[in-house]
Amino acid sequence: MRTTLTTANRAARGARSAGRHTTRTTRAVLAAVTASALALTAAGCGGGGEGDGKDGESGGEGKSAVTVDLPKLKGEKLQVAAVWTGAEQKNFKAVLDEFEKRTGAEVSFVPTGDSISTFLGTKIEGGQPPDIALLPQVGALKQFAAQGKLKPAGEEAQEQLEKNFSQGWRDLGAHEGKQYGVYFKAANKSLVWYNTAAFENAGVEEPGTWDEFLDTARTVSDSGVAPVSVGGADGWTLTDWFENVYLSQAGPEKYDQLAEHKIKWTDPSVKEALETLGELFGDKTLIAGGPGGALQTEFPKSVTQTFAGGDAPEAAMVFEGDFVAVNITSDTEAKIGTDAKVFPFPAVGDESPVVSAGDVAVALKDGKGPQALLTFLASTDAAEIWAKAGGFISPNKELDLKAYPDDVQRDIAKALIEAGDDFRFDMSDQAPASFGGTKGEGEWKALQDFLKNPDDVAGAQKRLEAEAAKAYKD
Amino acid sequence: MTTATAGGAATPGAPPPVTKKPVTKKGVTGTRAWIAACFLLPALVLLAALVVYPIGYSVVRSFFDTEGTAFVGLDNYGELFSDPGTRTALKNNLVWVIVAPAVSTALGLIYAVLTERVRWGTAFKMIVFMPMAISMLAAGIIFTLVYQQDPERGVANAVWTGVHDTFSESSAYPGARPRPNAGIEKTAGGSFTTGETVRAGDPAGLPLVGIPPAEVPKDAAQAVAAKPDGEQVTGTVWLDFTPGGGGEAGVIDRGEKALAGVKVEAVRGGEVVASAESGEDGTYSLPASASGAQLRLPGSNFTEAYNGINWLGPNLVTPAIIGSYIWMWAGFAMVLIGAGLASVPRELMEAARVDGANEWQVFRKVTVPLLAPVLAVVTVTLMINVLKIFDLVYILAPGATQSDANVLALQLYLLSFGTDAEQGVGSAIAVVLLLLVVPVMAFNIRRMRRERRP
Repeated sequence: MRTTLTTANRAARGARSAGRHTTRTTRAVLAAVTASALALTAAGCGGGGEGDGKDGESGGEGKSAVTVDLPKLKGEKLQVAAVWTGAEQKNFKAVLDEFEKRTGAEVSFVPTGDSISTFLGTKIEGGQPPDIALLPQVGALKQFAAQGKLKPAGEEAQEQLEKNFSQGWRDLGAHEGKQYGVYFKAANKSLVWYNTAAFENAGVEEPGTWDEFLDTARTVSDSGVAPVSVGGADGWTLTDWFENVYLSQAGPEKYDQLAEHKIKWTDPSVKEALETLGELFGDKTLIAGGPGGALQTEFPKSVTQTFAGGDAPEAAMVFEGDFVAVNITSDTEAKIGTDAKVFPFPAVGDESPVVSAGDVAVALKDGKGPQALLTFLASTDAAEIWAKAGGFISPNKELDLKAYPDDVQRDIAKALIEAGDDFRFDMSDQAPASFGGTKGEGEWKALQDFLKNPDDVAGAQKRLEAEAAKAYKD
Repeated sequence: MTTATAGGAATPGAPPPVTKKPVTKKGVTGTRAWIAACFLLPALVLLAALVVYPIGYSVVRSFFDTEGTAFVGLDNYGELFSDPGTRTALKNNLVWVIVAPAVSTALGLIYAVLTERVRWGTAFKMIVFMPMAISMLAAGIIFTLVYQQDPERGVANAVWTGVHDTFSESSAYPGARPRPNAGIEKTAGGSFTTGETVRAGDPAGLPLVGIPPAEVPKDAAQAVAAKPDGEQVTGTVWLDFTPGGGGEAGVIDRGEKALAGVKVEAVRGGEVVASAESGEDGTYSLPASASGAQLRLPGSNFTEAYNGINWLGPNLVTPAIIGSYIWMWAGFAMVLIGAGLASVPRELMEAARVDGANEWQVFRKVTVPLLAPVLAVVTVTLMINVLKIFDLVYILAPGATQSDANVLALQLYLLSFGTDAEQGVGSAIAVVLLLLVVPVMAFNIRRMRRERRP
């Protein structure tokens, strides 16, 4: 699940800001000084506050009670790698800052660019992996775990996991019975966000089924606004389109089979799903900029063109996960709940699909530091920090829903927690990375070709199957 | 051994016997071989560790499978040349090697020769050379902005659409279309034609939709139904869409705007028999002679705004990236050629001018031949540089066209790392790249040797 990948942000791939280090160090030192001062006071009072993370809490912001014990890690340096850029990166750094404050460790963030497994691959080969990586693809976790590149979660982290996460989310972070990952961030990827002004102008309501959705789109198109904004320059948005249609139309059993490549992509169910998707992609009046324009639209732009521009937006609806909220708040002036609203992905078959995804934190190095960070990321405290900032859904069931900044996000989070283990994980994220998670390759590329030429369903299926066969190695 | 015998035989101060050959233990400069070896050792160790060993290992690795355990012979090479992705990469590399150094050198030559005669030559040279100071990565990011499709954001398309729009007119209602199921069909040239014929005295409505609210003129009047007139063919062109919804399709509802300035033609048997333009209230009237004809809305009403060139689309992506490379490296070529030019004896050119040669002849017959060695060095250096091109392509090519822009070094990277890496094939590509560079290197070394000779 990639989120904010603007072109400018790609710069971050290579350029790691050196300047940040100095401020980091000062802050860490300050935190350490405060911590030791507090510890001294505590010791003076007669209690041996041994390794008690609570001491590090400098009570400036009036945070809620601390729910996790962390060791002191003064002087330790940790590296965390994730795909996040822009607002997401900023919010995640706030979480890391809190960790620094509590433990005294120094944490640096390394942005990895689009292809995180390729990035980590080079780092592992070079013997310099980051301590913690947040993998957006569960498939990558399984592969790295199978290759023995990951370190299992320690006792403290497991304790937090058992306390805070349902079985389904825990299992997603495990491989062959061993717990490796902590699902820090989840995403509900079955949402359609819409511009309320465009809907009002066209006089349409939230559609419930795929046919209603197409009708709505046509009416909106007649009103002069392109109905659907597709961020086709990023292949992962297209895989999400397909997955939602497929899950709803072919059902969960088939979905699981296709995810494991037990049925081929040349299956009639895939054909049906692609044809359904073609009803939308094939009508150039329904896609903002037509298929050619959509292929040049990165995900962040697909959001901004829907919600920026006041009365005259370039598009009325954009499909993607809850994290669209981040882009709406940071890149546009639209207000979530009034200007921007959301409805569940329309039901193609009997029921609306619920496709979820998430970023799983894994440790690539042994040691107290990485384990402590893993533990922290599994805690409710960490989830709360980002939840407050918005654009974040936590699979942590202990997290108070009040932490979310608005009703829209609260409802999305509530739906996710209430769904319990009854969800389907993003199919492309379960696939080997070269098929489901690499720019310009595999499913990403095949679906981009399909968007360009939606009439050629058979050709798209053949390409998908050829790529899948190569990646699954069967 | 020779040292010992030499030391034993030669008495201090005595001239060495003629039969002895001290040359064997001393180099030309008089250094002992082992001292030379000592000095060379650090460099040799580094070379061996950083260059020879990796090359050797890559060659060995290229004969093994994905896990690196089973010997597969030349299978990886076979896969390499049968894989369409790698073949595209090879083809693109070829285009790169031919085009990029040639154009960069040619531009560099032109810049160098011209800047010699301009008063502000140094300033100009500095500006042209500046892109060299930027890393490839930064240049890549700059050019992703330059090549943005949207003319509002991408410089390349801003210029291009600017030129284009100077020569073509924009339409009144770009992107508008008749309401579906209104009996008006799309016909050639982006025009729309009614299925039925019109008659005088029976007003024909032409309902259009798909006009963005911002594109409808603010002062557009409420559309009115045209009055039936026995002498004329009349009707209304209007925006058949009620803001907020609720309007009836094909009927002029309250709040639906008139569309003024839409051209309406009456066509009979492919011939335009009459034409009119809709007025302020959306109505139009054609003479009675149009009775029995079909109505056509010519495509000129709806031509969409020109959106520029898709620079990073599948067809242009490689030339576009080469363009950004030339932007960077033409300056480099210019500086080297400029230096060469400075050492060219002026008298030869002056002599040619005195002999009556014009500037072009001086350039062709004197300057270029004298500069040939420099030009060759520049071209060859750029060729080596271009063969390993990676960063620009990696940054610039969008996901949808990355495979169209692929080059060997990028394919190597994509194949070799990640969760399902194929390091065997990756190594094979590395070896092929090396083999491609070797002849160019050999050429360069040969000419350096030749130049060193007096």
